[in-house]
Amino acid sequence: MTPISTGCDWDFGLIERYDAAIGAAASAYGLDTYANQIEIISSEQMLDAYASSGLPIGYFHWSYGKEFIRNERAYRSGMQGLAYEIVINSDPCISYLMEENSMMMQALVIAHAAYGHNSFFKGNYLFRQWTCADGILDYLVFARRYVSDCEERHGIEAVEEVLDSCHALMHHGVDRYKRPAPLSLHGEAARAASREEHARRQFDDLWRTLPSAPRAGAASPARFPAEPEENILYFVEKHSPRLAPWQRELVRIVRKLAQYFYPQVQTKVMNEGWASFWHYTLINRLHEQGLVDDGFMLEFLQSHTNVVAQRGFDEPGYQGINPYALGFAMMRDIRRMCEQPTDEDRHWFPQLAGTDWVKSLDFAMRNFKDESFIAQYLSPRLIREFRLFAVADHWRQDELQVDSIHDDEGYRRVRSLLAGQHKRETLVPDIQVARYEHDGDRSITLQHRIHRDRPVAEASARETLKHLARLWGFDVRLEGIREDGVVEYCQECKV
Amino acid sequence: MLHLIDRRLNPRNRSAVNRSRFLRRYKEHIRRAVKDMIAERSIADMEKAGEVSVPAKDVSEPSFRHAAGGDWESVHPGNREFVKGDLIERPQGGAGGGAASEPGSGSGADDFTFTLSREEFLSIFFDDLELPHLARNSLGSVKKAKQVCAGYVKEGPPCNLCVTRTLKTALGRRIALGAPAQECLELALENLERLREEGGDAGAIEALEREIAEMEGRIRRLPFLDEMDLRYRHRVSVPQPVARAVMFCLMDVSGSMDERKKDLAKRFFTLLYLFLTRKYEQVDLVFIRHTDDAEEVDEQTFFYDTKSGGTVVCSALELMHEICKARYPASSWNIYAAQASDGDAFGADVGKSGRFLRDSLLPLARYYAYIEIPDAAAGRGSALWAQYEELARASGNFAMRRVSRREEIYPVFRELFSKEKA
Repeated sequence: MTPISTGCDWDFGLIERYDAAIGAAASAYGLDTYANQIEIISSEQMLDAYASSGLPIGYFHWSYGKEFIRNERAYRSGMQGLAYEIVINSDPCISYLMEENSMMMQALVIAHAAYGHNSFFKGNYLFRQWTCADGILDYLVFARRYVSDCEERHGIEAVEEVLDSCHALMHHGVDRYKRPAPLSLHGEAARAASREEHARRQFDDLWRTLPSAPRAGAASPARFPAEPEENILYFVEKHSPRLAPWQRELVRIVRKLAQYFYPQVQTKVMNEGWASFWHYTLINRLHEQGLVDDGFMLEFLQSHTNVVAQRGFDEPGYQGINPYALGFAMMRDIRRMCEQPTDEDRHWFPQLAGTDWVKSLDFAMRNFKDESFIAQYLSPRLIREFRLFAVADHWRQDELQVDSIHDDEGYRRVRSLLAGQHKRETLVPDIQVARYEHDGDRSITLQHRIHRDRPVAEASARETLKHLARLWGFDVRLEGIREDGVVEYCQECKV
Repeated sequence: MLHLIDRRLNPRNRSAVNRSRFLRRYKEHIRRAVKDMIAERSIADMEKAGEVSVPAKDVSEPSFRHAAGGDWESVHPGNREFVKGDLIERPQGGAGGGAASEPGSGSGADDFTFTLSREEFLSIFFDDLELPHLARNSLGSVKKAKQVCAGYVKEGPPCNLCVTRTLKTALGRRIALGAPAQECLELALENLERLREEGGDAGAIEALEREIAEMEGRIRRLPFLDEMDLRYRHRVSVPQPVARAVMFCLMDVSGSMDERKKDLAKRFFTLLYLFLTRKYEQVDLVFIRHTDDAEEVDEQTFFYDTKSGGTVVCSALELMHEICKARYPASSWNIYAAQASDGDAFGADVGKSGRFLRDSLLPLARYYAYIEIPDAAAGRGSALWAQYEELARASGNFAMRRVSRREEIYPVFRELFSKEKA
């Protein structure tokens, strides 16, 4: 076949033809995607989109302005390039292409975002569980309108105060487990009826004649909440004694947004790896079909290798493990293990060796997040290729110690440490609402379960407590509890 | 199914609101930074955009996060030399690997720096300052145009249609065109009546009735409104004179004015100039320097050329008066003047200057500011100061301040022009 285009200029007709070709290749591999909406924007608009975490519509807040100013400065001074693309987890899935990109770049971005990310959003369990792709745009519109209505009614300052406080607690405004759905009136009635029925069947008048023993725990008031509550913003929204209804709604908006971003943080490696794997695979497929020429491929490979390059820890510009590199390598590795397994792979991954790689990859994409994905699929071969090693940094020791390296003894250890590095608990301290003195002074107590002596940043925690106290309206306390149960510190913020 | 949308023409600057929110929140910091900037900048750069930095801790958004410390393990790529159990010296500047993966610690210690645009800079610079006695003296070079009514025309856009005028024209046309028919009609009616009274022959009566019917028809067929009746309001743009100002800079360049004093004076003049350019579209500058006699010079000479001699203040005032009369009549120019001097004036000159100022210059000028830059050592005011003080009490458009250090320039300037509190 003849190439779709030559040269680097793009136009709308070409984009449509490339999209059709890439889409055909994608469906040949069975990628299941939301409908695509591709929007062409300028670099300035890209900067705008950056500031609001890529969301097309956001409420107004100074912190977004700060983000915008920071990005703009970095961009104008040449310290930071712009991303080639932004993709939004919505249905239809919106991808932004920059007008400055070359035709090759547009095709790459279509393959990467409109088919790679898109199918990940649609398939991965975290996204399915926690985000509602067809509702997010409407919700954003609602949020923006609600916030500006509040600003009109209560003043910009008052709204900003609440939002500031919520943003401070945003990391702790996320549910990690589903709550039971609230009972409907109908269900409640049915339950009461069945309880009565049970009592009727069990009825025996003899029970009445038994002397009743005094109940031991009845006098002490019940603890509230019965179990520690990890979603602090949720607790505030539901139980704060002081918040006005509109403030409660603002808390809810911030909480919902935090929840919306939660899967993205948890699946960075997988998401980027999946998208990179598919742009690589799809564009190569176009090349095999003769739809793109060699010049296109050379340009493509250059961009591609830039994206998935991993620097060593001692090279200049090292910024930790590149999620694109790790994710791409792991996806490719899974395919390799399916198609050409070695004896080592058969030993480590009997479930993969020799299976259909499309199905195996699809299974991996659907059912894991970064932490479990790495723990499940990182192969010894990749550990060797990346020359991964783990360093232990223990505060009681003066020196760092190499914990394990890429050898037989170290594979499992390195793998579990790398997986642990992607755990949410590693990034965010475990702080939960432990007590609410509902009948007393109405204060709440947060408990920080100190894990492996890792402290919280004290000054920042104090400021955050102030924010919480503002939302709560009464005293708030933060207790740090060591693993052996001893209270190590206690911060208090009085109102 | 692909939706391809071109958003490039959508409004840009979606973040403008967020940006202004940010500026509003950090106004205090920014104001302080602008103040420092003024102290450091050379005058030519004064109205350029400026870089502002806010301490990182003030813009940081708090959250519960890990600090360095505790036990961590971290995995890195690119091992070439290490084997299990190797000890590595802890890198300087905090804990090594583990802490680096904390959220938010990546962009840490540096101040948050960003650039204010020229407009933002100036609006903070002159925030809540106001020109006293601001008035728009008319005339002057033409820049603005204003739309005014200029009669009626026969063609125009429908929105400009003037209904009453159109109906009047239509009425006139109907009367004019209908007049001959009306005349015939009246004549015929008269004849008909007479014929009927006389009992004339039926044929003549019938002919008359036909004529009457025809005439009435002609009148009826005249259109109520014809295209030629339409009248539109005519609007033309008339050039509007723009308020303009002239600013006189008067400076004593006698021997006692050293570089430091000149520098202070220059700062003050610059501030005033910038301020005026914000209020008037056109501001002319006139530089007058004086020793024992005064001359008009260009800016470069004014500030940097050295010339020494005695001090006769009055000469400069007289020159200014002459220039005003010749080139800047008070009826069409807003006249502002700023005088800087170290107050070295002697004898009769002091009294003469005071009187001249009061009688000739102050009535012309919108505002006259006098800045005295005394020697660092001198504690009390000069003779000129004493003389001017009387003036300041008597007239509303005269102000005077003493400045001896660079930092004082801006506060003094603000004090002079701060908005009067209601």
